[in-house]
Amino acid sequence: MGIIELRDVSLSFDEHPILQHLSIDFWEEHIHAVVGPNGAGKSTLAHTIMGLPDYRQHSGDILYDGKSIKHLSVDQRAKQGITLAWQEPARFHGISVEEFIQRAAGKGGGARTVESSLELVGLDPDRYMARDVDATLSGGERKRIELASIVAMEPRVVLMDEPDSGVDIDAIQSIFEVLGKLKQRGTTVIMITHSGEVLKRADHAFLLCSGALVDKGTVDQLSSYFERKCVPCTHKNVPDEEVLL
Amino acid sequence: MSDKTALDRLLATINMHRHSFEEGTAHVEIHGNQVLNTVLVEGLHVESRETASGVDVNILVEAGARIDKPVYFCFGMLENGLQHIRMRVHFQEKAKARFISHCSFAAASEVEHLMDAEIQLDAGAEYSYFERHIHSEQGGIRVVPKAKVTLAEESRFATEFELIKGRVGEIDIDYEAYCGDHSVLELLSRISGRGDDRIKIREAGFLNGKYSRGVLTSHIAVRDSARAEIYNELQATAEGAAGHVDCNEIVQNQAQAKAIPIVDVRHPKAHVTHEAAIGSVDSKQLQTLMSRGLSEEEAVEMIIQGLLRK
Ligand SMILES: Nc1ncnc2c1ncn2[C@@H]1O[C@H](COP(=O)(O)OP(=O)(O)O)[C@@H](O)[C@H]1O
Ligand SMILES: [Mg+2]
Repeated sequence: MGIIELRDVSLSFDEHPILQHLSIDFWEEHIHAVVGPNGAGKSTLAHTIMGLPDYRQHSGDILYDGKSIKHLSVDQRAKQGITLAWQEPARFHGISVEEFIQRAAGKGGGARTVESSLELVGLDPDRYMARDVDATLSGGERKRIELASIVAMEPRVVLMDEPDSGVDIDAIQSIFEVLGKLKQRGTTVIMITHSGEVLKRADHAFLLCSGALVDKGTVDQLSSYFERKCVPCTHKNVPDEEVLL
Repeated sequence: MSDKTALDRLLATINMHRHSFEEGTAHVEIHGNQVLNTVLVEGLHVESRETASGVDVNILVEAGARIDKPVYFCFGMLENGLQHIRMRVHFQEKAKARFISHCSFAAASEVEHLMDAEIQLDAGAEYSYFERHIHSEQGGIRVVPKAKVTLAEESRFATEFELIKGRVGEIDIDYEAYCGDHSVLELLSRISGRGDDRIKIREAGFLNGKYSRGVLTSHIAVRDSARAEIYNELQATAEGAAGHVDCNEIVQNQAQAKAIPIVDVRHPKAHVTHEAAIGSVDSKQLQTLMSRGLSEEEAVEMIIQGLLRK
């Protein structure tokens, strides 16, 4: 049994199937990687688990601790311990880094929580706390701040949408720090990634193609499939019938 | 009411006191048509004349004077009525000062506050003006500020208008600025309207000087049945003149907001841009905060407070 279980989840936009009959168990306290070509439906999967408004019209069910969360809104899911680190974090006018992290941390989050989570992602609290989470920060800085706010929130399940995209080598190191911290706390991570380095940190991986699950297993098992089948694949995003799980 | 009592009561509405001014700080307090108090510093001249319905004020900052500490003005009405301020401000060459004005109508329910300002900045002068309004909760305040600003070469004028405490009532801002060579103009307004508040802003910058620059920014939030209309105009007619118009309005409930930017460029080496975002709270911002556990109401409030912040 997983902490998050998808039961035959399908989702279409304008009659185009985007997620197809997904049944996946995400085991508790594991780091799960989700890989697959662009347009495979990876972000859609994360958004659907988070319950974003455009992604609520799916069939099938999503269970959290064995109970359906299908009818819960984003904030209700978040209050129960599920959160999402966005691939491209939002920009906010007039909201400081400190306030942003503080509000994610909730009542328990004091100044120390804000500072230590910034330190974890390699940002100097003295230099960043008072700045606004707006366009004056680089995309990479905003992604680190996004991760810092998630660490401060202490969720049970984190959906991470490409934490490694559009960031420099230093930031990859901070992703490792964050994964280490989450692992130590027993947080379940569902992480979409394109980086082989980041993939190596996962305990388990799922391969999506055209909204369907085509492979799963340890990272080694999956990597070999990925290299044998996906890398030479010319028909982008159309899985072979026989491999569908 | 004695001048002293009026002064104390007026300052109390903006959480200040006669003794809260640091030594060497200039400040002027005007209640209705009475000048209650004038404290000046070197380089700053303020002459005022009481009229039937207000005060005529002449302000001069001497050539070369650099006034480091902010100069405080407080305009207010403790009772209902009309206050008409006519103000002439003259910054001579290379004069520099920052004025902070509080307009307090927190204790009255029906007030009309008219402000007609003529502002002249000589070459190299720098004038920064911050105006904060504190209104009562009843919504019966009507504020009509008009200003005509002339910027000589290499001068800078930056103003910020804030009305986020109490009800707007009705506000009708009309600012016009004429910008000389290498001058810099910045107009920013931050206003929050609710109930049946009416907000109208017209700001026009004429970038007639070579390499003059202008930025017009409006951050407005309206809820209930409030309405906002923003007319922002930048005209660039000279080589290197550059400007930007930025209008961000958050609309909730039955409120309505309109933005009409006019970008008028009449020189091939001039450049003006504009961006406008009008409507409900940005959905990505909202969903991000909700994914951190804030309720929709908390998230909306946090985003609006951010928008209205400096
Ligand atoms: N809100 C949406 N409305 C319409 N189509 C969408 C929406 N979100 C995703 N899609 C479509 O779903 C497909 C998968 O997208 P996405 O999940 O972002 O892929 P990935 O993250 O794997 O690159 C794409 O064809 C995309 O256009
Ligand atoms: Mg994606």
